[in-house]
Order: sequence, then C-alpha cells, then structure tokens
Amino acid sequence: MGDDLIVETRSLTKEFKGFVAVSDVNLRVRRHTIHALIGPNGAGKTTCFNLVTKFLTPTRGQILFNGNDITQTQPAAIARQGMVRSFQISAVFGHLSVLENVRVALQRKQGKSFQFWRSGECLNELNSRAEELIEAVGVAEYRDTPAGELSYGRKRALEIATTLALDPEMLLLDEPMAGMGTEDVRRTAELIRRVSANRTILMVEHNLSVVADLSDTITVLKLGRVLAEGSYAEISDNPEVVEAYMGSGHGQAAGGAAGHG
Amino acid sequence: MTLPPFVTSRQKPFILALLGLGVVLPFAVYPVFLMKGLCFGLFAAAFNLLLGYVGLLSFGHAMFFGWSAYLTAHAAKEWGLTPELAILMGVALATALGAVVGWLAIRRQGIYFAMITLALAQLGFFVAVQAPMTHGEDGIQGVPRGHLFGLFDLADTMTMYYFVLAVFVASLLFLYRVVNSPFGQVLKAIRDNEPRAISLGYEVSRYKLIAFVLSAAFAGLAGSLKSLVFQLASLADVSWHMSGEVVLMTLLGGVGTVLGPTVGAFLVVAIQDFFAGIGSWVIIIQGVIFVVCVLLFRSGMIGVLAPWLKRRGITG
Repeated sequence: MGDDLIVETRSLTKEFKGFVAVSDVNLRVRRHTIHALIGPNGAGKTTCFNLVTKFLTPTRGQILFNGNDITQTQPAAIARQGMVRSFQISAVFGHLSVLENVRVALQRKQGKSFQFWRSGECLNELNSRAEELIEAVGVAEYRDTPAGELSYGRKRALEIATTLALDPEMLLLDEPMAGMGTEDVRRTAELIRRVSANRTILMVEHNLSVVADLSDTITVLKLGRVLAEGSYAEISDNPEVVEAYMGSGHGQAAGGAAGHG
Repeated sequence: MTLPPFVTSRQKPFILALLGLGVVLPFAVYPVFLMKGLCFGLFAAAFNLLLGYVGLLSFGHAMFFGWSAYLTAHAAKEWGLTPELAILMGVALATALGAVVGWLAIRRQGIYFAMITLALAQLGFFVAVQAPMTHGEDGIQGVPRGHLFGLFDLADTMTMYYFVLAVFVASLLFLYRVVNSPFGQVLKAIRDNEPRAISLGYEVSRYKLIAFVLSAAFAGLAGSLKSLVFQLASLADVSWHMSGEVVLMTLLGGVGTVLGPTVGAFLVVAIQDFFAGIGSWVIIIQGVIFVVCVLLFRSGMIGVLAPWLKRRGITG
C-alpha cells in the first residue's frame, strides 16, 4: 500500500488562537487518482490545502510527499519538487499578457531567472511551448491580452495552463469551479479529466456533480476532522455525511447537481 | 504601461530625439539645473525599480543616496581619489547598505516594509549627525570634481554635464534591461501575485533582495553624482524628506514606467527652483500639485500619456 501513495498526512493539526481548524487529519492520496476534499463551509478544506503545500505551518503532524517528509520544506521548494497548487481566487499575473503568464512558469527551468543583465528575448524560445499550453486550455486567441482583462472563466483556464507549464506530478486545485457558469464548469471538468492522465489531483470543490463525476476518492471533512472517505457512492450512502454535509437538502443538492451536468 | 522586451523600430526615433535633446539642452537651459534633474531622475528611476516592478514601497532610500554622497565627497576631498573611484566607493557603500537593509526589510510587506526601511534610514541619519566625517550641519563642502580618468576636467560645467548625462543614459538603459530581463519578468509576477509566484516555485525573497540591492546601488550612484555636481554632501541628502521626495517624484511622473520617474524628478526640481524665491511656501505649492496630480491623473504624467504613446507604437 505504501508505495502507491503520493501524499500522506499523519495526524495533521492546525490550531489558530483558540480554534482548531484542522484536527488529526490522516489523508492518503493514491498516485494517479483524482481525490476530492469536500465538506461544509469552515470544515478546514482550504486550511488542509495550505498545510499540504506549506503555505501554512502545521501545529502538529507530518506531511509526506513521495515518501519524503516535507513538513519543514518551504512552499517554493515543494513546488519545485512537483506539487503545484492553484488558488481559490483566480491567481493570474494581471499585468502580464496571457502568453507571458505561462512563460513565467516555463522560464524557471531555463535557469536564467536571476540573470537581470540578460535580454528578455531569450524567453522567446519558450513561446511555442507556451502557445501549445494556452491553446490546450482554449485561451490562445487572447495571447497578447493582459491577463487581468480576461473573463473569470478564462482566467481560471489560464491558471491551469500556467500550472501545467510546470508539468507537475501532483496538482492541488482549490475550488477550480468556484463562480463559474455551467458552460465553463463543463469545459473545466473536461480539462481536469484530460490533464489528470499520469498525474495526481487533489481538489477542493463544492460542485457535487463535478466531484461525483471526476473523483476516484472523496474525503469528507467536518469541523476540521475526517468524517468519511470513499467513492461517491460510498460517501453518499453514509448517513453521517448526509446529515452533516448535505443535511436535509441532500436530494435537492443531488438533483441540482444532476441538473448542472 | 510596460515596454516591450526590446527597443522597436518605432521607439528608436523617439529615444534618439530624447538623446538629442539631452545633448543640446545645456545650451538653452542652465546646465546645473539639468544636472540636478538628471541626478534626481536617476534616483527616482532606481526607486521605481522597487515600487513599480516589485511593488515594494521603500521609505528609506535617502540612506543610500545620502551615504553614497558622503563617501564620494569624503573620498574625493580627503583621500584625493579621482571622481570615478570616488563614485565607485559611494556605490559600493550603497550596495552594501542595500544588502543589509534589504535583507532585514523584505521579510515584511506593505506598510511594515515601509516602516522598517524608514526606521533603518533614520538610524543612518542619526549616524550622519553624530559622525565627525560628515561635518554635521555644515556637510562636506567644496568637494573637488577632479579629472575623470585623469583626462577630463570636470570643473568645467559642460564636461561635468555630459559626464552626468552619459551616466544617466547608461543607467536608465541598464534599468530598462533589468525590467525586461528574465529576472524582471519574475519581478513583475511577484508584484502582480506573490503567492502565485511562490506556488510556481520561485524563492521570492531572493528576487526581492536582488531588486532591492540593485535599487540601492543606483540610488547611491545618483547620490554620488549629486555630491560631485554640487560639490556638497549634506544632512539633507540622508534625511527622511529626501526619501519622501523620491516617492513624490516617482508618483508624479508615473510609477512603473521607464521615463516617468525622470519626468517627475524634473517637475519637482523645476518647482523648487522656480518658486525658490518664496521660501517655505514651495512645500505648500508642491503639496497642492501633488494632491491635484493624484486626483486627476492617478497613473502619473507618463501614465496619462501611456495610451497615446501606445497608439504611436512607442510603448507596448
């Protein structure tokens, strides 16, 4: 079992002053799966995310990535090891063009990023790869538009292209569908499925139809603790989950979600 | 507002025209005034590297400007060094100070960053008041300009002017290059969204530190030049007023533009010279102009012109 785990947390705990956001969470993400983290607001999903990528420091517990302890590793170093996250609010570089956004991610491996004396023209050799990526997520026609001027859905698509530019082994997507219309949701879900080949994805998502559709494993958090884990069928049969997460609105939520897809 | 990574053919005539203006202007305008504008323009351009391209507001840049001026003045006057060596010493000091201040300050953001830089610069001011080398209120006066490379007599105003112009142009081109380098691209990414830059694997603090040190070095170069132009290094150069003035120049001219800070510097220097006769009222006039500018054109003089420049293909 040990070998096919890409990320494992052991007794992961985060306490803020007088408040335990994440308590004793043992998360096990299997390689090459899509793993969703769901739960009602304030369940600690995003905190969990921030802990795993080290944007927050855990109070207690251990995080393993590919079997290595990364509990003390800096967030940028974790990204370089192949675990890259996205953000809940779309995170693009607003004053850079769409192409430049992706290129900034590509250029790190070029090893010239500290060379302040070098002409920016050396970045042009990355253009074809960057163009492929923006083409793949469907924003190629906005190549030279400042990313800040894109619509919300396109910003999120660009963000995924930027993340993919790093060719990460593992992607953490924080609510990739938040605030999207039906059309964008469908397109993004398709995109996520496409990029999940040979990759592992851990995502926080509220849209249940997306979660049901994409995920191999679902972990339900409530008040910072793991409530249940399993496939969508398993967790949606779990009375505790129905009670805590979906409440009496389960039928509604599922119905609404079905209507979505 | 950002310029393309290289000079386009549309830009060339514009840049050449500016250069030509720089060459002939001293025949029409008082050269010392122009030199003052160029020195402060360089200072503001250095400051703008931080504010405009990394999004860091330093409120302590007078420390680099002023201490570099002191050391250059001291080296030229007391040690009899040639101007280029005296300037190099000043820049070296500013670079070293920049490394220390930057290392301490970049751990914080926003207002805290500004406060730390201000506090450290005040420390620098205190040392300047106490140290015998600076001659306190008198400052270091009568600094000899000397012979550049032992050849060009800088005591001649026109020679001095062209030397200042050459240093200014070379520095601005270098800063332009930095902003458009692979490094500059990462800086802009950090400015736009720091957590995202981290999540792409960039050690943002190292980029910030390098930018801070570069900015301090060029602020120092501006201070060194200024001390030779006016043959004076004084407490005014290290005081917090100077730190504030460079913020004003940069915002007036247009933050995050290559030429904006220089335009702002000339504007402020012109206001000071023009209204010099009315004493302390200058500060009030400056304040009014600043308020009007912030209300009317928030992106500064060059920022307002940006759409026009863009249409003409001069900026990207």
